[in-house]
Amino acid sequence: MDIFQSEIFANMSYIVASMLFIFGLKQLGSPETAQRGNLISASGMFLAVLVTLINSQIISYEWLAAGLILGVIVGASAASLVKMTSMPELVALFNGFGGIASLLVGSAEYLGASSLGLISLTAIFLTLIIGGVTFSGSLVAYGKLSEILPGRQITFLGQRIVLIAFFLLSLVLGAQLIFGFELFQVWNPIYSFSFLILLALIIGLLITLPIGGADMPVIIALLNSYSGLAASAAGFVINNNVLIVAGALVGASGLILTNIMCKAMNRSLANVVFGSIGSASSGVRSDEDVGEVKPINVSDAYLILEAANSVLVVPGYGMAVSQAQHAVRELGELLEDNGCEVNYAIHPVAGRMPGHMNVLLAEANVSYDQLQEPEDVNPVMDTVDVCIVIGANDVVNPDAKDNEGSPIYGMPIIEADRSKTVFILKRSMAAGFAGIDNPLFGKENSRMLFGDAKESISSLVAEFKS
Amino acid sequence: MDSLFVMLIFVLVLAIFLGFELINKVPSTLHTPLMSGANAISGITIVGALLSSGSDGGVWTTFLGTAAVFFATVNVVGGYLVTNRMLRMFKKK
Repeated sequence: MDIFQSEIFANMSYIVASMLFIFGLKQLGSPETAQRGNLISASGMFLAVLVTLINSQIISYEWLAAGLILGVIVGASAASLVKMTSMPELVALFNGFGGIASLLVGSAEYLGASSLGLISLTAIFLTLIIGGVTFSGSLVAYGKLSEILPGRQITFLGQRIVLIAFFLLSLVLGAQLIFGFELFQVWNPIYSFSFLILLALIIGLLITLPIGGADMPVIIALLNSYSGLAASAAGFVINNNVLIVAGALVGASGLILTNIMCKAMNRSLANVVFGSIGSASSGVRSDEDVGEVKPINVSDAYLILEAANSVLVVPGYGMAVSQAQHAVRELGELLEDNGCEVNYAIHPVAGRMPGHMNVLLAEANVSYDQLQEPEDVNPVMDTVDVCIVIGANDVVNPDAKDNEGSPIYGMPIIEADRSKTVFILKRSMAAGFAGIDNPLFGKENSRMLFGDAKESISSLVAEFKS
Repeated sequence: MDSLFVMLIFVLVLAIFLGFELINKVPSTLHTPLMSGANAISGITIVGALLSSGSDGGVWTTFLGTAAVFFATVNVVGGYLVTNRMLRMFKKK
C-alpha cells in the first residue's frame, strides 16, 4: 500500500478535492444546480479527509476517531433537528466552529513542533488572530440571532479606542512570537502565544457586540470570509495546498457577499463596523411629521386585494419574527387562484443574514422564481396594484431616495410608494431599526394594517375562503 | 524566502481571484445556502486537525488536535447537511 501513503498520491488527491470544491461552488450559484453543487463539494471534502486518514504521519487513531465520531454525531443531529427558522444562528455557530478549529490547529503546531521558521510562525500568528476573532465573533452573532443576547447595539464609552489598543497590542505580541526577541526579562514567547489567543477572542467580541440587528447580514458575511482566511492561514502552517485553496475560495466568497450587503445599504464596511447609524440619526426628521396615517381593517383590505390584478409582497424581519411565511404563501396562492399575479420583492439586507427572507419563503413552499430583487421590481412598480409590506421598514423608506438629510439617503430601496396601493402590516407606529421616521406611512396611497403580521394575513386568508 | 512559500503564495493569490470569479453574480435567493455551503468548505481545516491529532507531537498537540478534529467535523458535517436541507426547499413550480 506504499503508493497510497506516498506524498504524491496525497497531493494529487488534494488537487482533485480542490477541483471538486471549485465545481461545487460554481454550481451553488444557480438554483437548478445548487443541490448537486453542494454534494460535489461534500464529496471533495470526503476525499480530502479519507486521503489524510491514510497519511503515514498519522500513527495513532484513538483520539482522532473519538473527535471524528463525536463531531459527526453533534454536527448531524444539530443540522437535522434544528427548526428551519433557526437556520441563521446555526450557520453562525458552525462558522465559529470552523474558526476555533483553525486556531487549535495553529496552537497544536506551535506547541508540538520542535523548531519553527519565520513563515510558519507568521502563519500561526494569523491563525490565532483570525481564528479567534471568527470564533468569538460568531458566538456573539449566534447569541444575537437566537435572541440569547439583546439584538441592539451593545456599546460602551471608548470602545473604539480599546479595540484599536488591543489590536496594536496583539501586533506587538505577534512580533514577539515570530521573532522571539526579549520583551522583558522574564517574558517568554509562550506568554505571547497565550495572550494572543485571549486578545483575539476579546477583539472578536468588541467587533460584533456593537453591531445592531439590521447590520447583522454584513457582519455574518464578513465572519464567513474570516473562517475561510483562518483555514488558509492554517494551510500555511502545515504547508498544505488544499487548505490554502479551499480557504481562499471561502474568504473571497465571503468578501463578495460582504460587499453586496454594504452596497445594499449604501455604506462602507468601515462605517458598518465602526459607525453606529442609530446614534447618528436621531432627530433628523423631527421637524417634519410623516403626515396622517390611514388605518385599514381586514375586510376593506380584502376588498381591495380581491379586485387586484397584481400584488407584490415585501417581507422584512417582522415576517420572521411573527413566523408569517406560511400564511403569506397561502394568501399568495388564493390571490393567484383569483387570477392575480403575485411576486415577492426581497431586499438584499432584509432580515438578519444574507438571503434570510428567501430561505423562509422557500421553507413555506414559495416558488423561487417568484422571489425577485429590487432592480427587477422597481421598473414595473407603477403597474403593481397592491404592495403588501410585511414587517419591513427601512428598505421601503422613500427618504432614501428624496431626503438628502436622512441617514439612509442613497440606500437602494424597494420603491413600494410608487405602487397604486400600499398595505403596511405593522404592530404599532414604532420607528424601524434605524430609528428614523418613514414618510411612506403617511403617503396618500398607504394604508396601515395594524396588528401581528401572521394574524392579519390569516384573517385575510379567512376572508378569501369565506 | 524558500520556493515552497512562494509557490503557496502563488496558489493563494490565484485561488482568491478564482473565488471572486466564481461567486460574482450569485442571485440573492441563494445567499444563505451559498454562505453555509462555503462555510462547510472552510471546515477543510479538518485535514490539519487530523494530522495534529494523530501524529506523535506530544500530549498538547494530541489534545488540541483532537479538539480541532471535533470542531472541524461539526463544521463540515453540520454545514453540508444544513445546506442540503435548505437547498431541498428551493423549488420551482
